[in-house]
Amino acid sequence: MVMSVAVDRAEDARSWIERASPRHPSLIDENHLLGELYNMVNVPTVVWIDERGQIARPNDVAFTTEKGGRYARVSTDDQMALLRSWVRGDRQGPSTELLESQIAPASVESQQARAHFGLGWWLYQRENLDSAKVQFEIAADLAPDDFMIRRGTMRYFGSDPFGPEFVEMVKDWRERGHSYYLPLPVE
Amino acid sequence: MTAVTPLRLLEPGGSSEVEIVMTVDDFWVSATDVVRVLGWEIKPEGLCRDRVCIPLSDRGGLIDDDMINLGRLAELIGRPLAVSAENHAAYLGQPFDGYERTVGHLDAPDFTLPDLDGRMHKLSDHRGSKILLAAWASW
Repeated sequence: MVMSVAVDRAEDARSWIERASPRHPSLIDENHLLGELYNMVNVPTVVWIDERGQIARPNDVAFTTEKGGRYARVSTDDQMALLRSWVRGDRQGPSTELLESQIAPASVESQQARAHFGLGWWLYQRENLDSAKVQFEIAADLAPDDFMIRRGTMRYFGSDPFGPEFVEMVKDWRERGHSYYLPLPVE
Repeated sequence: MTAVTPLRLLEPGGSSEVEIVMTVDDFWVSATDVVRVLGWEIKPEGLCRDRVCIPLSDRGGLIDDDMINLGRLAELIGRPLAVSAENHAAYLGQPFDGYERTVGHLDAPDFTLPDLDGRMHKLSDHRGSKILLAAWASW
């Protein structure tokens, strides 16, 4: 089954969910709990969990559209084929080596950044925008790779997460030698 | 002796009110509040919770009279801490240790989150099914 989680305010996710009218659980995670628990740094992020409640494939980027796939430099067809074979029981999941290499403790800075996000989000909800902004900026400095924080908070201060500031953010990130998404290899 | 002030201590999934004393660089919480809110207690064996005890080489840095240094406590228990003194609030986060690992054993962290109707859903309620957990956003 699919369990989708909007790492978003309910008011921002609502129209998408209502339009999709999913039959699977479609949840709201305003506090970025999944960021803390699963070390997620961006969306979309997918995780495979098996019948025993164990991670079968760790954090990966996956789109359902070809356009999204191109942006993330993944093959949507290959990913879907892999997912289907896992669901059918034809394969167990990735190698232990891949799992081990992908599931490492989050850095101290990443964890620290999330604590600053948590504090900032609580302040934002109390309409203390200036103090919230301070916390989000500390978080962004600590973990510039955490786009769940950097991009996820843009709208709170009137910036368009699809607009020129975001384009600049990604451009700068790439110029520093990083990728915006880090897809897993399709084995 | 500086005044006792309230602090809202936020954690993933909830918050509590504690009282702190602020010195120039530090925040001190009563040992009683630490036990009540976080479940950690200082014993002869060290800093303990349930059946886990962390040995303490430098008690002076952690405890003074009956007050516990919040920053040092957070470091010892491996949880990130963010503090806003002027807003009387702090966030003590969940650690991410890379999942508990033995061969082929990687527990997916359980969570409970609401849907749009406010109904709560727990990941572990769906044990027995394969789950594709898909995080997305309008941003």
